[in-house]
Amino acid sequence: MKSADGAKRWLLVGIALAVVASYFTPQFNRYYLGIAIDCGINIILAVSLNLINGHTGQFSLGHAGFMAVGGYTAAKFSLVFEAMVPDSLKPLLFVAALTLGGLIAALAGLGVGVPSLRLKGDYLAIVTLGFGEIIRVVVQNMESVGAASGLKNIPKWTTLGWTFALAAITIYAVASLVNSTYGRGFIAVSDDEVAASSMGINPVRYKVTAFVTGAFFAGIAGGLYAHHKQFLSPTGFDFLKSIDIVVMVILGGMGRTAGVVIAAIILTLLPEFLRQFADYRMIIYSLLIIGLMMARPQGLFTLSFKKKGAASV
Amino acid sequence: MSADILELNQATIRFGGLTAVSELSLRIGSNELIGLIGPNGAGKTTAFNLITGVYQPTDGEIKFAGKPTAGTKPHDLTKVGIARTFQNIRLFGSLSVFDNVRVATQLHRSQGILDALWRGKGFRSAEKEVERQVLELLDIFDLGKLRDEEAKSLPYGDQRRLEIVRALATKPKLLLLDEPAAGMNPTEKEELMHLIKFIRDKFNIAIMLVEHDMKVVMGICQRIYVLEYGIKIAEGTPDDIQSNPKVIAAYLGTE
Amino acid sequence: MEWFLQQLINGLALGSIYALIALGYTMVYGVLRFINFAHSDVLMLGAFSAYYVAPAIEKVLPLPSVLGALVIILISTLICAGIGMLIEFLAYRPLRNRPKLTVLITAIGVSLFIEFTCQHKSVFGADTKPFPQLLPATDFHVLGLIISSNDLLVVFITAILLTALWFIVQRTKMGTAMRAVSFNQQAAALMGVNINKIISFTFGLGSALAAIAGILYALKAPGIEPLMGVQPGLRAFVAAVLGGIGNLPGAALGGLLLGLLETFAGGISGLSNYRDGIAFAILILILLFKPAGLLGKATIEKV
Repeated sequence: MKSADGAKRWLLVGIALAVVASYFTPQFNRYYLGIAIDCGINIILAVSLNLINGHTGQFSLGHAGFMAVGGYTAAKFSLVFEAMVPDSLKPLLFVAALTLGGLIAALAGLGVGVPSLRLKGDYLAIVTLGFGEIIRVVVQNMESVGAASGLKNIPKWTTLGWTFALAAITIYAVASLVNSTYGRGFIAVSDDEVAASSMGINPVRYKVTAFVTGAFFAGIAGGLYAHHKQFLSPTGFDFLKSIDIVVMVILGGMGRTAGVVIAAIILTLLPEFLRQFADYRMIIYSLLIIGLMMARPQGLFTLSFKKKGAASV
Repeated sequence: MSADILELNQATIRFGGLTAVSELSLRIGSNELIGLIGPNGAGKTTAFNLITGVYQPTDGEIKFAGKPTAGTKPHDLTKVGIARTFQNIRLFGSLSVFDNVRVATQLHRSQGILDALWRGKGFRSAEKEVERQVLELLDIFDLGKLRDEEAKSLPYGDQRRLEIVRALATKPKLLLLDEPAAGMNPTEKEELMHLIKFIRDKFNIAIMLVEHDMKVVMGICQRIYVLEYGIKIAEGTPDDIQSNPKVIAAYLGTE
Repeated sequence: MEWFLQQLINGLALGSIYALIALGYTMVYGVLRFINFAHSDVLMLGAFSAYYVAPAIEKVLPLPSVLGALVIILISTLICAGIGMLIEFLAYRPLRNRPKLTVLITAIGVSLFIEFTCQHKSVFGADTKPFPQLLPATDFHVLGLIISSNDLLVVFITAILLTALWFIVQRTKMGTAMRAVSFNQQAAALMGVNINKIISFTFGLGSALAAIAGILYALKAPGIEPLMGVQPGLRAFVAAVLGGIGNLPGAALGGLLLGLLETFAGGISGLSNYRDGIAFAILILILLFKPAGLLGKATIEKV
């Protein structure tokens, strides 16, 4: 409760830092800059998936699908309107593209969420996995977004500032949602659905809200990714990408925002450190998943501290 | 006696070939304390599940505050005033004591997702008000000092009490208690009896109790319904029930 | 009409393979209640076993020949049954009583591990390899239809295996124990059933079926590579859910249905590009109307 009033202040501090960082960007090494932006995008993805998988206790294996929807929507939007807008208004166009991407992804989240919420556990996992695959197949056949050969020449608008400002907003949004009286309902649904509904909480509505909100931010992350890499291809959003995000959430400790942020950063940096073992990189990665599940399924960063009335952010 | 808050007319539910509750009729006045007893498997909890909308009756009708409840989802029934506890305590284990109760207050609030994101002035004062109400409720039941404990780490008796408090936070007109005395020692049972009567009087609500412990049921209930194999075999005051040969046969068996 | 019959035959052949794989998913789900993601990789390992065993066998027996093929299939099946049991022993057994989510992620990890290891250049390599001709193949031309002997063989072998499996599950002591474990693991253990042995056996049996399916699939496919199991594996999983996961006849039925639907949809010009998505679209539709699958039983949650 105490942190609730201060939450907005933290958000402003985060955004201010991002803007300052953005100012010094030209001095950064391009390689490190790219990785820093990757970190920010993965933070958005992991924190938003955490709302679905961690707090609400649903199991989605389709987060990359939402990311793809948002990424393609935003990229296409920018490509269409880029030439019509003067340079001074480009940032506005970028914001519009990201927002649109987020909204369309949220719509997709609604589309997946509503029907599949009658399902539980493994079934839900497989339906969300299926959704991700369907998105991929649809994109592969859409000539207007480059089909299988991919969407090229997307303007490079994503900066460190934008990425970290949006990451701060995502963290703020998920944390302040979950820390409100309304938002404690997400955890209640995850703990015991039957009891939650007997307390007047509509589990279906909460689950759909989690899906839609999570998908919205995944869509934004997709938009940032598109304007960062300047190229999108359907294979970039496959099952493996969804697994990556799930592993971040699990590594960070389901439902722990701070842990998930750290995990997102570690898992973005890890492949860079493993670059010299390129051939063994993915083998090590898969062993890491198995090892993690065997040794610390509750995540690396969950010390056994008690969750207080106002959870730590 | 004032108007009935709950009315069951010939309510029946079948699972496949099994009739779990058969043509059950009962009614509860708006400030009554009623008991529902019967041997194991008699259909008491199933009756609760019918009343709270977890199951829909195959036949018959259930009316709450004069309105039929058919097709209403459990969470909507809670909104019109039915709250319950569970036989096998179902708290939100990973939430704190405070949050368990706080979650149960949100059904009467208009604040939703956007307010929670924006955190405007109205939202903050509403959150403060909730906090005040929750703490007040916790203090009444002596749980205030445990507010930050994780619900699943509480001792058994406190968990039972917390579940009742959580149900009360939804501001019910009818409170259904499913075996609240299970696992309690005689002193705790004594306290529970006081607690239930206290709740009825303080919050001015109707209470329906499923309980195995005869001392508790006979000690506090105004009227009692007896179920056996899903069929109502008796109803009446504690004295009537204690001397009813059918009830004695159901509990002790006949020659 | 000809088009219809032709698609029917192709669909049955494809569906039979899905059915064989789906049985493995459903059996494991029956005893352990989780999706064995690595199942699709056992399928791939089946095909690769045959690929590496074939040259050795060819020194003793002529290939393509029925006898040679049988020996190769038998050896590959045994190898994969062993691998399946090993996966269970190393990865899943230590997690027996953990939350399902943990096991599911582990299964995904195991699957990724097998795939990436096999793609490594010192193992199989990521390139596509031509699968040897194990059987003499001919095309029969009947009533204007083209029926390949391989397709007939696939349907025939599947029918035999299904019957055998039904016999094992319904008529043998091992099968009875399997059903007992799937019904209630604790009670079965109390009745003296060796749970570990039964689960191991189930993995062995499922993996053996997957190996055979993998070889049959490889016979129809242009070549084999370490990710070849992913797509048929996903489809077969969909088939298992479609039929009602945990239900053996359901898996067989789901496999056949999915094979047919996919083949027919693939034969319609506008839909053929979306073939990969069709399986999932069907899955989502089915689960909306029958969340427990076609032959599965809906359970009532006890409150």
